[in-house]
Amino acid sequence: MDTFQDTIFKLKRYWADRGAVIQEPYDLEVGAGTMAPETFLRVLGPRPYKVAYVQPSRRPADGRYGENPNRLYKHQQLQVILKPSPDDVLEQYLGSLEAIGIDLRKHDIKFEEDNWEAPTLGAWGVGWQVMLDGLEITQFTYFQQCGGMDLDLVPAEITYGLERIIAFLQNVESVYEIEWAPDVKYADVRLADEEQFSTYNFETADVSFLWKAFELHEAECQRLLQLFANTKDRRRFPVLPAYDQALKCSNLFNLLDARGAISVTERVGVIGRVRKLAVGVAEAWVAQQSPSEEEAA
Amino acid sequence: MADFLLEIGTEEIPDWMIDGALADVRAKFQAAFAEFGGDALRTEATPRRLVLLAEKLLDRAPDAQIVAQGPYLSAGPKAAEGFARKQGITVDQLVKMQDAKGERYAFHQHVKGQAAEQALREKLPAIITGIQFPKTMTWTGKGGVRFIRPIRWIVALLDDQVISFEIANVKSGNTSRGHRILGSKSPVPVTVSTYQQALRENFVIVRAEERRARIVSALGSDVHHDAELLATLVYFTEWPSVIRGSFDSSYLQLPREILSTVMRHHQRYFSVVEADGSLRPEFVAVTNTDGDPDGLIRRGNERVLRARFNDARFFWEVDQRRSLSDRLPDLDKVTFQAKLGSYGAKAKRMESLAGELADALNANKETATRAALLAKCDLTTDMVKEFTELQGVVGGLYAKAQNESEAVASAIYDHYKPVSMEDSIPRTLEGQVVALADKVDTLRECFRIGLVPTGSKDPFALRRAAQGAVKILFEGRLDMELAGLCEGVPGLLPFITERIEFYLRELRNFAYDEVKAVLAVPFGSLPDLEDRTEAIHYIRPTGDFEPLAASFKRIKNILRQAEVEHAAGVKSELLQSGPEKDLFEAFEKVREQAAQTGSYREKLAHIASLRPKVDLFFDKILVNDPDPVIRQNRLALLYSLLTEFSIIADFSEIVTEGPSA
Repeated sequence: MDTFQDTIFKLKRYWADRGAVIQEPYDLEVGAGTMAPETFLRVLGPRPYKVAYVQPSRRPADGRYGENPNRLYKHQQLQVILKPSPDDVLEQYLGSLEAIGIDLRKHDIKFEEDNWEAPTLGAWGVGWQVMLDGLEITQFTYFQQCGGMDLDLVPAEITYGLERIIAFLQNVESVYEIEWAPDVKYADVRLADEEQFSTYNFETADVSFLWKAFELHEAECQRLLQLFANTKDRRRFPVLPAYDQALKCSNLFNLLDARGAISVTERVGVIGRVRKLAVGVAEAWVAQQSPSEEEAA
Repeated sequence: MADFLLEIGTEEIPDWMIDGALADVRAKFQAAFAEFGGDALRTEATPRRLVLLAEKLLDRAPDAQIVAQGPYLSAGPKAAEGFARKQGITVDQLVKMQDAKGERYAFHQHVKGQAAEQALREKLPAIITGIQFPKTMTWTGKGGVRFIRPIRWIVALLDDQVISFEIANVKSGNTSRGHRILGSKSPVPVTVSTYQQALRENFVIVRAEERRARIVSALGSDVHHDAELLATLVYFTEWPSVIRGSFDSSYLQLPREILSTVMRHHQRYFSVVEADGSLRPEFVAVTNTDGDPDGLIRRGNERVLRARFNDARFFWEVDQRRSLSDRLPDLDKVTFQAKLGSYGAKAKRMESLAGELADALNANKETATRAALLAKCDLTTDMVKEFTELQGVVGGLYAKAQNESEAVASAIYDHYKPVSMEDSIPRTLEGQVVALADKVDTLRECFRIGLVPTGSKDPFALRRAAQGAVKILFEGRLDMELAGLCEGVPGLLPFITERIEFYLRELRNFAYDEVKAVLAVPFGSLPDLEDRTEAIHYIRPTGDFEPLAASFKRIKNILRQAEVEHAAGVKSELLQSGPEKDLFEAFEKVREQAAQTGSYREKLAHIASLRPKVDLFFDKILVNDPDPVIRQNRLALLYSLLTEFSIIADFSEIVTEGPSA
C-alpha cells in the first residue's frame, strides 16, 4: 500500500512525464489551489503552460477541531493546470488514476456536472466532479473566465482531493488514520493544526486585528495598482507582490467570516472589495504580459 | 434513398440537458431537410454522444420549376432585353404568358434539386453548433465554437459515404468510440447498419430505452420506485449495471428524510424498503460498468455511504448542542437578500404576519407565531449547510427533538411546501399559515424594492412563491381576502392574479374564458373564486347557458353604446306587457331564487332559465324606442340584469358561437 506521500510522488511524476512544471505549494494562505498565482495568473494571456503542485488549502469555516473524520480546516489539493487543454485531457486524467494504483476496470467512474465559480476571483468554468465508486475524488474544470476576462486559451484544471483519494486507496474510515509515511499517521502530522486553528478561527482570533490587517493589505494592494496605472516601464513592476496582498485580504475575509464578524450588510461589500483587488491584479498582469503598442514600437 | 447517421461524440453531457438537446437537433434537422422526406427520424443519446438517424432520405431533393415574370410586351423590346440579361439568357429563350393586365414575358427555369450529400455537408455544421443548451463553453480558445462540452469526434454517414465537414478541428468520419473504460481504446469503425452492434461490442448501449429496461429488470421489487432518479441514471451510463449494498442498521436511528436525501440526492442510490414501508439498511446503485465481480465497487460505495451517514450523525449531534431558539440571534448574520437584510429580520416579520393570519383564519396563534419565528433557524445548522435541500424538514425534526410541540414542529417541517405545482400543501392549518407568511413576506418585500420578475428572469423565485401561496389558499380553502395579503404593494395583486389564472387553467383544467369570466369581477377569497369557476364549468354544457352568455355580451354592447353607467331604477309602470314585462317579472323571480341559494351551480341554473325570456325580449322589443323615457327604462332593465348577475362572473367573457351584437 502506498503512503500519502507515495501517492503524491506518483501523481507528480505522472504529470512531470507529461510536460508539467512541478511547483511547490504557494507560500501564502490560500483557500484553494486555484488561488495560487501559478493558476490564477498563469491561466491569463496567450502563453501555454503546464504545471502541477500540491496546495494546502485553508478554509477556516470548515474546521471541526479535528473531531470530524472527513472535514478539515486545511486540506491538501493536488492541482494540475494544462493550458491549453489537450484533446485527450480526460484520457490523461484517467491515466493518472491508473498510475496511483486504481484499476479502472474494477471500479465505477462517473463524471457528474459541477460548474465552478469563484466570485471573489471573477472566475468561472464548467466541468464535473469525478466520482469513483460514489466518492468525489476530483474537480475537473475548463476555465472560461478569470479576473473577469475571457481566457485566450482554455485551460483544464484538475484538482485532486488528496485526503479523500488516499483514504479510499488505504481503505481507512477517517482522514486522520491515513498513513502519511511509514508508521506516521495523518493525525501525527496534522491533528494539532486542526485543533488549534479551529480554536483560533472560531474563538480566539482578534476581530479588530483582523479588520486592521485587512485594511492594511487592501491599501497596499490598491497603492500598487494605482502606481501600476501610472507607470510606463512595467517590466519589473511588482504585480506579483500586489497579488500577495490580495491573497492576504481573501484569507482575512475568510477568517472574519468564520469568526462571525461580518454582518449581512457588510458581507457583499467585503466580497466586492476582494474581487476588485483580484480583478485589478489580473488586469495588470495581462497588461504586463503583453507590452502595449507604444512600448513595442 | 439512403439512411443517414449522425453521432456527435462529446465529453460527458449533464443528464438533465440531454432530452432538450435531442428535441432541438431533431427539430432543426427536420426543418433543414424537409425536402428530402426522411420522416423516420430517430434520436438517441448516452452521456457521451447525441445520435440522430434519418431513414430513407431522398438522394436528391425534387427538382423545382421557378417562373420569373418579366415585362409586358407593351414595354417594348428594350425591356425584354434587360430582363433576359438579368436572367443570364437571350430574348429568344423567353416565353410569353397571359395575365389579367395583358401579355408578358417570362422565363421558366428548371432548378435541379440539391443532392442529399451536398445539403448535409453544407447544413450540418450550423445545425450541430446551433443546438440549444442551457449553458455552453468554449474549449478551443476565445471566440471558438460553443457547445455543452467539447466535441471529440463526429460520425456522419449517408449509407456508407462519409459526409465530410469539420467543427472545432474535429473532422467528421466513420469511426465512433466505445465505453471509456470497457471499450476499445482505438476508434471504432461503424456503418449505418452496424452502428449499434459495433458500439454494443464496445460496451455502449445506444438506446436509452434498452438501458432503462436493463436497470429496471435488475432493481428488485423491494426497491423504492423513483422515476426521476431512474431517468437520471439512464443518461448517466452507457453500460449500466446494478449493485446492491448495505449499511449498518444503527444508522436507521437517523430520520428517514436524512437517510433518503443522502442516498438519493448525494449518491444517486435507490432506497430499499421493507414490506411495511420502512427503510431497510440497504441501497441500490447503478454503475457504468460490466457488473462488479470482485465486490470492490459495492465496498467502495458502502464506505462512502457510511462516511456520509457518519457526517449526518455528527451534524445531528453537534446541532443539538444549541436549540433552534438559541440560534435566533445567528439569523441576523444570514443574508436574506442584500437589500432586504437578514433572515433575523425576516423571522420577526414572519412571526407578526403569521399572528395576523392566524387571527383571521382561526388558527392557533401561539403555534403559528412560534413556528414562524423558529422556521428559518435551521439555516444556521451544520445539517442544512450540508443538505440544503432539507431546509425546513431539518428544522421540523429538530423542533420535535427539542420538545417544541408536535404542532409547531410540523408547521416548521412543512413551511417550504408546496415546492412545486405537484407538491402537496402543509398538512395543518398552522403549517399553511406559516408557509403563507413566509411566501407573502418574500413577495411583499421584493416587490417593495422593485425586485420584480421580468420575462424569464426570476432570480428570487417569486413566481414559485406566489404559485405556492395561491395553491395553499385554494387547496387549504382559506377564507382570506387576496387584497389584504398584498397590502397595497404596487404590482403584487396583478402578479398573484396571474398565478391564480395559471392555477385554474393548468392545474384545474378550466377553460381560458371561464377563468377570465370569474376574474373579470371583483373577488374575495380563492375558494369562493374556485366555486364560481367550477359552477360555470358545470353549467356551461347545458343548453341555455351559452346563448344567455351571448345575450349578456349583446347587453353589454348596447349599454356601452348608450353610455349607460348607472342604474336608474326600473319603473314597472312603463313596461309594456308582453316580452318586456315578462322578462322583468322573470328577472325579479330569478333574483329572489338566486339570493336564496348558497350554491353557485343553483344560482347559475336559475339565471340560465332566463334565456327564453331574454331571447324573446330581443326578438320583439326595440330597445331604442323613439320615446326617450321608454328607452331609458329599457336600458335600466338591461343594466339591472347585467349587474345583478355579474356578481358571479362576467358572462360576456364566455366565448360563444352564437350570435353576438
